[in-house]
Amino acid sequence: MPAVSKGDGMRGLAVFISDIRNCKSKEAEIKRINKELANIRSKFKGDKALDGYSKKKYVCKLLFIFLLGHDIDFGHMEAVNLLSSNKYTEKQIGYLFISVLVNSNSELIRLINNAIKNDLSSRNPTFMCLALHCIANVGSREMAEAFAGEIPRILVAGDTMDSVKQSAALCLLRLYKASPDLVLMGEWTSRVVHLLNDQHMGVVTAAISLITCLSSKNPDEFKTCVSLAVSRLSRIVSSASTDLQDYTYYFVPAPWLSCKLLRLLQCYPPPEDGAVKGRLVECLETILNKAQEPPKSKKVQHSNAKNAILFEAISLIIHYDSEPNLLVRACNQLGQFLQHRETNLRYLALESMCTLASSEFSHEAVKTHIETVINALKTERDVSVRQRAADLLYAMCDRSNAKQIVAEMLSYLETADYSIREEMVLKVAILAEKYAVDYSWYVDTILNLIRIAGDYVSEEVWYRVIQIVINRDDVQGYAAKTVFEALQAPACHENMVKVGGYILGEFGNLIAGDPRSSPLVQFNLLHSKFHLCSVPTRALLLSAYIKFINLFPETKATIQEVLRSDSQIRNSDVELQQRAVEYLKLSSIASTDVLATVLEEMPPFPERESSILAKLKKKKGPGAVSVELEDGKERGELNGGGDRGGDAAIAASNASTPSPSADLLGLRSTAPVSGTTPSAGSLLVDVFSEAGPSATSAGVNDDGFLSSAPPTVASEDPAPPLPESDELLNKFVCKNNGVLFENQLLQIGIKSEYRQNLGRMYLFYGNKTSVQFVSFNTTVSCPGELQSQLNVQTKTVEPLVEGGAQVQQVINIECLTDFIDAPLLNIKFRYGGALQNISLKLPVTINKFFQPTEMAAADFFQRWKQLSQPQQEAQKIFKASHGMDTEVLKAKLLGLGTALLENVDPNPENYVCAGVIQTKAQQVGCLLRLEPNAQAQPGEQMYRLTLRSSKDTVSQRVCDLLAEQF
Amino acid sequence: MYISHSSLSLLLPSAPAIQIRFILIQNRAGKTRLAKWYMQFDDDEKQKLIEEVHAVVTVRDAKHTNFVEVWQKDLLDAMSVLGFRNFKIIYRRYAGLYFCICVDVTDNNLAYLEGIHNFVEVLNEYFHNVCELDLVFNFYKVYTVVDEMFLAGEIRETSQTKVLKQLLMLQSLE
Repeated sequence: MPAVSKGDGMRGLAVFISDIRNCKSKEAEIKRINKELANIRSKFKGDKALDGYSKKKYVCKLLFIFLLGHDIDFGHMEAVNLLSSNKYTEKQIGYLFISVLVNSNSELIRLINNAIKNDLSSRNPTFMCLALHCIANVGSREMAEAFAGEIPRILVAGDTMDSVKQSAALCLLRLYKASPDLVLMGEWTSRVVHLLNDQHMGVVTAAISLITCLSSKNPDEFKTCVSLAVSRLSRIVSSASTDLQDYTYYFVPAPWLSCKLLRLLQCYPPPEDGAVKGRLVECLETILNKAQEPPKSKKVQHSNAKNAILFEAISLIIHYDSEPNLLVRACNQLGQFLQHRETNLRYLALESMCTLASSEFSHEAVKTHIETVINALKTERDVSVRQRAADLLYAMCDRSNAKQIVAEMLSYLETADYSIREEMVLKVAILAEKYAVDYSWYVDTILNLIRIAGDYVSEEVWYRVIQIVINRDDVQGYAAKTVFEALQAPACHENMVKVGGYILGEFGNLIAGDPRSSPLVQFNLLHSKFHLCSVPTRALLLSAYIKFINLFPETKATIQEVLRSDSQIRNSDVELQQRAVEYLKLSSIASTDVLATVLEEMPPFPERESSILAKLKKKKGPGAVSVELEDGKERGELNGGGDRGGDAAIAASNASTPSPSADLLGLRSTAPVSGTTPSAGSLLVDVFSEAGPSATSAGVNDDGFLSSAPPTVASEDPAPPLPESDELLNKFVCKNNGVLFENQLLQIGIKSEYRQNLGRMYLFYGNKTSVQFVSFNTTVSCPGELQSQLNVQTKTVEPLVEGGAQVQQVINIECLTDFIDAPLLNIKFRYGGALQNISLKLPVTINKFFQPTEMAAADFFQRWKQLSQPQQEAQKIFKASHGMDTEVLKAKLLGLGTALLENVDPNPENYVCAGVIQTKAQQVGCLLRLEPNAQAQPGEQMYRLTLRSSKDTVSQRVCDLLAEQF
Repeated sequence: MYISHSSLSLLLPSAPAIQIRFILIQNRAGKTRLAKWYMQFDDDEKQKLIEEVHAVVTVRDAKHTNFVEVWQKDLLDAMSVLGFRNFKIIYRRYAGLYFCICVDVTDNNLAYLEGIHNFVEVLNEYFHNVCELDLVFNFYKVYTVVDEMFLAGEIRETSQTKVLKQLLMLQSLE
């Protein structure tokens, strides 16, 4: 075998490298480099033409200097010259320099492309490979334009050498990934797929990467690859360990190719052809069997290679999720790995088992490993392994083992790595609620959570415990007693104070009979924490105090005194001051009856999905899968979907108003004290109850909401929509009000409001002339599919519009499911005898039903990662048609209806948003990322917009809509 | 449209994903002995990645796995050029050298772990008991070895015999 001596071939290079290595300091190195650069520069500029060897040597030195981290601003031309050399070594250095150093938009690209072209047509396989590697390494669009047509030909030509085919396949893959529009596979598809049958395993190894990529993008066109892949796999799996000679690695036949074949099959559902499927199942069984055979070598390489195939096979089995026998066998195999001495295997087994836990066929089998997994959580040294164990415990949890798992997770929380605490807290909170049989256990668990990891207990978690306590009267007394006890601790977390304040304010009376927790004792206990708390908590406590006055008249004097103190009534915080003033006043002037009404117990919260689950879904690791599956029917309820009834407190803080979040005064109780809590109050105002200012004058009758009679249809057919109607539609994507249309006769203004999946639109038809419009009639229709997607109701308008007058029409919209088209608005009237017939698109677009969702960076990324299937993503890259003013961009993104998330994207120039589209059928979580290249020249400025959502049609539609806005 | 080189194309994992994002060989002191990039990064980004990879792998010991999912560490910022959390680093240490390969988070850990070893065995044969200095003085040949075995972020050839035969043939062309 060859032994390559130090820098053979180029002595000068070796000397230079030695010199650099001998430099004692950075300064000395720079000095030596500068000397060399001067030398090279003079050689390149010199009168004497350099021979190929010298050129190669100097270019190689420049490359070395560059790789040391220094800038190189010359030598590119000499490198390009090397490309036309006939000597391999010179050509190789030239290509290497270009691959590493030449910026792909360099002006040299034409010269480079020329050289590549010559080499591709040289019929010299070595040169062809060099050229193909250069294209694969640079992969620029110019190269794709120049060679995307040529390379498929080389790939499938009968006389192409195997090594060239390998390079051509991957070169084409690179071009396809960079410029899919330029790589047209059409006529080559079948021949490319048949490369799976190639004699040369190396060709198959390379080609299969190309085929997998193309299959994932165009599964139908490439589906013939399934049977070919199965038969190839079958031949490998059934071969003896020596059959494949060069491709046997530590007694394992073709491990990498096997993995790639198994991965290709994961682009497809199980084969329909029974024979193919039978053969595949046989392969998978053989792979599982081999895992049980004694190893043919003790080397870790042998077992790694074997297990690489095994894990890939298990991935395929899980992907199919249809073969109970295989699923259970896979689970048993992974169970053995859980106790393996190799950390890698334990980690991978935990990871893989997490997905198995979500399959109905293997869930029970996974559960049998609970003790091992708990042990892993306690003893593994690598935090990533412990994290996997926690994920798996979460995934395998069900009613039968919930108490044990929750207890283990709680005790793990005490020492858990900071990076995973928040997620652990969410998981514990979810499991505790989901599997709570008696709610006192649930309350204990959550209070323990707050005690152990209070800093990591998010609002969702403590809101949820309050919701549950309020809704279940069997646990209220217990909850009051438990929080009272928890608050006795000298140092308790602020979240505990919040929960305590809320619960005692509502249910303190249930424990007041015990002299140890008499009303005054309760109050003093709460108030002893007051000074240590932040403003929002203090605000909550003030509300608890006023509730105390109602619950326990005997505390009135004490509490009034507190409220009256300067530190409350003159508090520098406006919110606290206002509460103190108002509560004091309320308690002094209101009669007992009024007080009892205003401060009555919170009504039950409408039952809905836990917002914690929503939060974890956004955040979740693979471990959350099983709960999500079980919750299939509820999963649409991503965020705050419920009625607004008793959710005031939660709605208020979810909307992150500047005012303190949790307001004990419920929705109903705000009415009598209207105006006392303005910030919360404004949130409670129903959008539909405040019609536009002109609406009232027009005498809108809201009673007919969604139930009015359809308008009468005029005899003339509606005109086709105006050519500009799409443009008009686009104007309203990010705003709700404005002028929709205007011509010489008529102006149509729009005002619209949306809430959840409902919308109301006011159309104002203004007669710009002094002559009346007669037979004025408008219709709104939903063409085609839209009929089943949107429910649109209109009220008829008066048939007469006086000159200079304006009439109004109300349109009620209900979004049933996501949609693409817009409803059509047709307006007909006679003006001076002539029929006017105008059709427009009503600016009702899917984004109108967005509900903004705030989330932290970590949640966003997690959620983003979850939505990684190709069809869940829609992306557009487009030229900016307006300037890139930050404020304008932000306003537009907010107008879209999503929450604009600050400090999420590591690149501050980018924008990320999140929202949930509310339709009657489902809710679709949606993430958005907009990347401007603001530094580019005006005219060159572009955006990349990426949408990910759980529904492909939504991603695409929102992406299309938004792309028109910038 | 002229977009493939603008800074835009660096940031997001535009589906379809590139399997291997980069291959790095570093010594314990953090000196880079090979850096092969399969995505476009600018020089600052490359430098940052090199430093971060060094920081995460060198603190690990034999009790740790050979896999680093970067979200475990707070490296999101530095690694954001790789796209969101959809990548991991698979590494193996040979004497004073760390061979690291950054792949898609869904990729097969063990296949790439052995991919590294296969590569190292080829280097060992080719340089006849390879040592760090061989990689320094013959850096331009190491690139050739890489291109024979990995191309466009994918595994190109796995047979050591075939790769070495090809390298021998190329050697004879000097």
